[in-house]
Amino acid sequence: MDRVPILRIGDVLLVSIQVDLQDQGVLDLQEDLAEQLSSISARGVVIDISAVEIVDSFIGRMFATIASVSQLFDADTVVVGMRPAVAITLVELGLTLGNVRTALNLEKGLEILRGTRGRTGLEWAQPPPEVTR
Amino acid sequence: MDAAAEHLAQLVELLRTDSEQLIHRWVELTAPSLRGRLTEAELHSDSRELFDALQQALATTGNVNDSHFAEVKGLLEDLSRARARQGFSPSETAISVFTLKQAVSELVGQQDDQNLYRQVLTFSTLLDVLGLRTFEAYARTREGIIKEQSEQLLELTTPVVKLWDGVLAVPLVGTLDSIRTQIVMEKLLQALVDTGSEHAIIDITGVLAVDTQVAQHLLKTVMAARLMGAECTISGIRPQIAQTIVALGIEFGDITTKASLSDALRHALRRSGVDVVATARSGR
Repeated sequence: MDRVPILRIGDVLLVSIQVDLQDQGVLDLQEDLAEQLSSISARGVVIDISAVEIVDSFIGRMFATIASVSQLFDADTVVVGMRPAVAITLVELGLTLGNVRTALNLEKGLEILRGTRGRTGLEWAQPPPEVTR
Repeated sequence: MDAAAEHLAQLVELLRTDSEQLIHRWVELTAPSLRGRLTEAELHSDSRELFDALQQALATTGNVNDSHFAEVKGLLEDLSRARARQGFSPSETAISVFTLKQAVSELVGQQDDQNLYRQVLTFSTLLDVLGLRTFEAYARTREGIIKEQSEQLLELTTPVVKLWDGVLAVPLVGTLDSIRTQIVMEKLLQALVDTGSEHAIIDITGVLAVDTQVAQHLLKTVMAARLMGAECTISGIRPQIAQTIVALGIEFGDITTKASLSDALRHALRRSGVDVVATARSGR
């Protein structure tokens, strides 16, 4: 099975997921990414999922896992280009992305990592607050 | 010609010979229910068309479910649909079928023939079935109209507007239910992608009631927007609604809420690094 390519742009690693991932593909990607991170000491990881139409809980967890792994190498993770349908699905699944930042598109994601803006992008860790009756 | 049609032979013959008289009487009986929404000439041509089709079908079979009646049924359905759209009531629509019964029985009543009388009974049962069909078609058309309208209402009441470069707003008006909130959610998120906006404001000034379910939907929308890399602010919570929210124990967590749309816009602009400065101008 084809592996997801990991591209290097300066000190940022770009993972562009172009196919709907199977579980094994997710595991392979996490492995490859950890290896790359340790060998080039990247400052950030951008995961472009603008082509991903279907997500399940396993893939949802992948983002958090990748972010935690990247954190160990002192790299920030930004997930970019999430489709509305995917976002709704993840919220309905009740999944959180841990300490992953998100951006609308690749350009904005890279900007966040470069810190060219005054702010540090959106950080969010809280699950949707439960509504109690 | 099947057995039932054979049985109706006498009536069919009568329908054929006295067709002009029958149609005339039929139109005469139906006309009072039109009340100016249809001219008598139109009714006449409608009735003639229906009558001819009915006569042809009857000549072949006496069974309403037979394929020979397809044309009659088609005409009837078209007629009911047209009447439903013109604002006729169900009974005004069905009467245009049932009056034929009266016209026929008036005609037959002049002749004292037991056999013919039985045929008229069969015929009127058949007309009853056709009359019911007009009811069904009428109801279907009305349902269609209602559905269309509610869809239009959904379209109307959920606009996504651009307030500034990178700032979108959704002014919600009316009652929020699951379907509407779902549509708002999808439209807003899609608009965020299309315009590359990083801020969205959901203004609920026009929302009259918020319950736990609606609040949950709003929270989900905000969460989904965050997942996509945009920030969502909720503005315009009415005083009563604020009381309800607190009483219900709904937690908005770390979601930014502002009193008014302008406060929310100011907040969004500040977050995107835009300063609004009033400049003193002479001559104003």
